[in-house]
Amino acid sequence: MTAVREVGATAKPTPPARTRQLTAAARWARRAPLLPALIFTIVVTQLPFVATLIISLMRWNSLDPANRGFAGVDNYTAVFTDPDLRSAIGTTVVLTATVVLVSLVLGLGLALLLDRKFAGRGLVRTMLIAPFLVVPVAAALLWKHALYNPEYGLFNGVLTWLFGADAAQPEWISGMPLIAVEASLVWQWTPFMMLILLAGLQSRPQDAVEAARIDGATAWQVFRYLTLPHLRQYLELGALLGSIYVVQNFDAVFTITSGGLGTANLPYTIYQTFYQAHDYGQASAAGVVVVVGSIVIATFALRVVSSLLREEVRG
Amino acid sequence: MNRIWGVFAWFAGLLFFAPVAWMVLTSLHSEPDAATNPPSLAAPITFDSYAAFFDSEPWPPLINSLSASIGSTVLVLLLAIPAAYALSIKKVEKWSDVLFFFLSTKMLPVVAGLLPIYLVAQYTGMLDNISFLVVLYTSMNLPIAVWLMRSFLAEVPGEILEAAALDGAGLVTTLRRVVAPVAMPGIAATSLICFIFSWNELLFARVLTGVVAGTAPVYLTGFVTSQGLFLAKVCAAAVVVSLPVLVAGFAAQDKLVQGLSLGAVK
Repeated sequence: MTAVREVGATAKPTPPARTRQLTAAARWARRAPLLPALIFTIVVTQLPFVATLIISLMRWNSLDPANRGFAGVDNYTAVFTDPDLRSAIGTTVVLTATVVLVSLVLGLGLALLLDRKFAGRGLVRTMLIAPFLVVPVAAALLWKHALYNPEYGLFNGVLTWLFGADAAQPEWISGMPLIAVEASLVWQWTPFMMLILLAGLQSRPQDAVEAARIDGATAWQVFRYLTLPHLRQYLELGALLGSIYVVQNFDAVFTITSGGLGTANLPYTIYQTFYQAHDYGQASAAGVVVVVGSIVIATFALRVVSSLLREEVRG
Repeated sequence: MNRIWGVFAWFAGLLFFAPVAWMVLTSLHSEPDAATNPPSLAAPITFDSYAAFFDSEPWPPLINSLSASIGSTVLVLLLAIPAAYALSIKKVEKWSDVLFFFLSTKMLPVVAGLLPIYLVAQYTGMLDNISFLVVLYTSMNLPIAVWLMRSFLAEVPGEILEAAALDGAGLVTTLRRVVAPVAMPGIAATSLICFIFSWNELLFARVLTGVVAGTAPVYLTGFVTSQGLFLAKVCAAAVVVSLPVLVAGFAAQDKLVQGLSLGAVK
């Protein structure tokens, strides 16, 4: 087993450092193609956050525009004492962690199945990708009306099929609102995880697996000591990218429960503060809190992703 | 042994596909047949719901979505390809920091910038205007596109570039003969991903558009509350709106993985 080596971790020889000095003009000529994209990104994505920061220190309700002024930290006090916002933070964490972990585990199982040869593998792969390709709002509507509906939804219909006319007919959404939202998201994100992990499995060094089999390793040993270490970076990549997308989820919460029954996550809550309460100052303060939280998570996540991708970037 | 795993895989595939199949089947049933318990699988097929859907003026939102998605994808490519060139082939100094700056903008929740963006749209008279969405979708997809295009352009072999330079090939010739063949699959993957994300976007479209510039996902939110018998029509609408993404995604399954993993998985 000592011959087994993690291929992705193999150090690539560093190219000789380029010490060639460029003149100022040459440096700007190199920067020129980059500038439009960089300036565009700074203006459209960074300036709004600066503006949010400024508005968060202001007293500003669009229903009472005359009373606009400097508010200091009042909006932040309001945000931190607002029970809705506090529970939204918890909901966001639970929702994101559950969806990412469950879809990662299911995706791993499916990727391991699809890594084997069997009749119709291409067709099964295509069927498994389909959930990811349904427009998120459409998927949420499908789950809400065609699957969860207690009277004519497919889930209760199947229960009637299996257990007859007096089968239990649960109210899926009002009975387990957060799980209902999570299930629909797991359905959409499992294919994503599967695709990334399948690509990881297929880049696994086959000769090492063959050698281990010849040496009498069991299927479990091959999985535990060869496959899983190789997949680690793909698991991290899937978890990271999944978190970036799921933490910002608005569509499923908005469509399935309209943020009710304790499912309002941060994006939905801020949307609501801004849309319904018209309190610009407080909505902005909530936005700043979200950004600060995201920066903490993103710093951690960027460290993970940079160790993963810098290798590839350097290559 | 392999046969058993095959059976498991087929079972899992059918299970995940079942909601999609159910959506399509329901959209092809009449309203009374769509809303039965137990479900009526073998009810007669009808295209009534599609007829009803296309009678309800779905074209403006579909065309708006198409304009916003194609417009922003073109703009993204125009900005991202030169940027990726400056981050891979003729590298600027501190290029990897620039690359991570682009990625970090994807980690900030868009919802936090929603209010200033709304106010800007309001003061400049750009509310309910598709051009404003094009700009926002461009900023949303640009970091992904820069990462993706960079990972493709980084594969252009340096020796060939140097050989081309020694042979006196100009910039245009080098781009056309050496860079373009490597970049084309990357451009295809990038376009696919940008198109799908723009087509799917709801939050900005919901806040910033109204009757004129509403996109297809905004149109779909009209079905959030259930009133009367409408299940078949909801399913028909969901099928039509998802169709472009389904077709594009199935046609380019491998590009999808590359794009979603920002080029880290090839």
